[in-house]
Amino acid sequence: MSLRLSPWRALAPWLISLLVLLVIPLLVSSNGTFSIINLIAINIVFALSYNMLLGQGGMLSFGHAVFFGLGAYGAIHVMNLIGDAGYDGQGFWAHFPVYLLPLVGFATGALAALLVGWPFCRRAGTAFAMITLGLGELVAAGSQMFPTVFGGEAGVFSNRMVGPVWFGLELAQPADVYWFSAFWVLLAVFAMWAFTRTPLGRMSNAVRDNAERLQFIGYPPRNLRFLVFIAAGGFAGLGGGMAAVNYEIVTPESLGLLTSGLALLMAAVGGLGVFYGPIVGAIVVTVMNSLLSDYTDASILYVGLVFLAVVMFAPAGLGGGVEQVRQSWRRGELTRQLPGWLGGAVSVLLIALGLVASIELVYQLSHGRDKLAQVLGLQPDPSSPLVWLGVVALFAAGYGVARASKNYREARS
Amino acid sequence: MLEIIVFSTLNGLLYGLLLFMLSSGLTLIFSMMGVLNFAHASFYMLGAYFAYALGLHVGFWPALLLSPLLVAGLGAVVERFGLRRVHEHGHVAELLFTFGLAYVIDETVHLLWGSIPVSYTAPDYMRAPLFSLFGTDYSIYRGVTMLIAILMFAALWYLLKKTRVGMMIRAALTHGAMVGHLGHNVPRLFMGVFAFGCALAALAGVIGGPLLSTEPGMAQSLGPVVFVVVVVGGMGSLLGAFYASLLIGLVQTFFVALDVSIGDLLNAVGFAVDPYGEVTGITLASIAPMTPFILLVLILIFRPRGLMGELEP
Repeated sequence: MSLRLSPWRALAPWLISLLVLLVIPLLVSSNGTFSIINLIAINIVFALSYNMLLGQGGMLSFGHAVFFGLGAYGAIHVMNLIGDAGYDGQGFWAHFPVYLLPLVGFATGALAALLVGWPFCRRAGTAFAMITLGLGELVAAGSQMFPTVFGGEAGVFSNRMVGPVWFGLELAQPADVYWFSAFWVLLAVFAMWAFTRTPLGRMSNAVRDNAERLQFIGYPPRNLRFLVFIAAGGFAGLGGGMAAVNYEIVTPESLGLLTSGLALLMAAVGGLGVFYGPIVGAIVVTVMNSLLSDYTDASILYVGLVFLAVVMFAPAGLGGGVEQVRQSWRRGELTRQLPGWLGGAVSVLLIALGLVASIELVYQLSHGRDKLAQVLGLQPDPSSPLVWLGVVALFAAGYGVARASKNYREARS
Repeated sequence: MLEIIVFSTLNGLLYGLLLFMLSSGLTLIFSMMGVLNFAHASFYMLGAYFAYALGLHVGFWPALLLSPLLVAGLGAVVERFGLRRVHEHGHVAELLFTFGLAYVIDETVHLLWGSIPVSYTAPDYMRAPLFSLFGTDYSIYRGVTMLIAILMFAALWYLLKKTRVGMMIRAALTHGAMVGHLGHNVPRLFMGVFAFGCALAALAGVIGGPLLSTEPGMAQSLGPVVFVVVVVGGMGSLLGAFYASLLIGLVQTFFVALDVSIGDLLNAVGFAVDPYGEVTGITLASIAPMTPFILLVLILIFRPRGLMGELEP
């Protein structure tokens, strides 16, 4: 993407996003859907902040949830302060609206990153991955020892219906929280996009691509990494603050390796190389997680398989794929390249169907009937060889299509 | 007191040896292919579960052999059709691949064997006491486990130092391209080392499963610790991994065994603090799970190349 765009072209994605955010409440009415949308908003901020490290700065972190979780804890403790100050209406916190709590999360996350980050940022690569893994495990295990701060296993509760209300923006129902989430997700995404356009954002790309050369021309890579680390920690904390308001509870789980893994998963599935990649990834992974878990117990397995497939077959991620198609369309080569890509997509679909079928069959064998099969209207009998033959046929067909369309894909380059 | 010291030392050694069994494979794989295999502990878990499932049909001892072989085969397949494919996209892609693989293996185990521990135990005759000290029994199984671990190290050492394959592996660790130029099939060597590392992890699972517990969380609880061992010992250094394993095994076991809080320690050296306060009331036993990570962070800050490593990660 070139740096110079006409003002309208540059504004278009933002206007469209704003329009989508305004239209969603007209189409959605159920609280359940609003909760999923709110979760998507939180995860978008989280995944994008993660990509500031990995995609933009080349730092693979396994402890990003620490800043998300600490931001959430900071916000929820302030929420409790607001609640306590509300009894007599005195003091600073009595005048602090819950709507601004993500700012507290941002401050907490950035402060935490500022305090611990300096020794971590000496090297990128494996050393950084390992030390952040250690930090994540350390904080997650340590949080159990300080129940007054982290609330032990149960976490810290609060109530978001406290403090002053501005412009009648109450936070009672998930539908009310929607406006809160929409406001903050748009603001945070814009801020993170703007960050990529600052000199610091550009330099973080440089430190990813060639740290040695950067050192040579007089920019210490460690300082740059440290600044990016603080910014990423701050935005993760902002996401945590949104989560605190949305759930009114924060548990130590939000600090742990699983949550860090989720950020990595979302960013990588969506694509690390494109700015909007993690947004796509956050939407896809969150929707998969929420919808599949209603129908099958193997939902995490499916998310893991999607992740593996993306890493193996589409290293640029879903967003990277979209970008590839878009650029080929611009160059007018789409008609030539499309058959190969469609062939690849069809083969992936066939193999995926085969995998889903075999997982569900195994699941039926070991646990009895699974709901997903019923939703699809199938009553397969896992003991009959015919069904398994069908699965094998799906795999074979997928492999065949992949082989047949291979020439198209390789001819393009 | 002596009882605590003797038994903690024995148990710490045992735990350390198990850790080394896991980390030796990881270190070999890492130093040869540059891949920090996130799924390594998952192969360890698979080893335990395969041994449990096979043991139901063929008995404990055959399963002890068959399970690592099975996992080795699986590892070879993963390397050949997964890792080798991802390799061209660089180290981050490889790390992401193994990370996703760990997810998939853990969930598959959930799916196949459920989320509660399975009753994978040693044969009854091995639960009899080997010897008794201070009125506490030390079971035959623990002795056998230690013996298997030590035999494995002897075999590993012999393989690496005294055989032709070991010579090739050691050469490929530092001069992979040159070994290739000399006409050896380096990719196949990689596959072999990966499979062998997975087999070692599986063996640790087979003999560690009855001691610790065979449950779907076992990979996640041990996996990060194995990383710590590899990093603390120094990336790619087997000897370093050995010392780090024993160090972490002993420290963790002693911390669990000692019934002392931070406040007690501070008071013992002359401070006067409340032994039941929020911070001072924390017992060493509850810090034990954190010790490997404290060690990791300290090592990476103050001695990034680890105890015995020559290269910084």
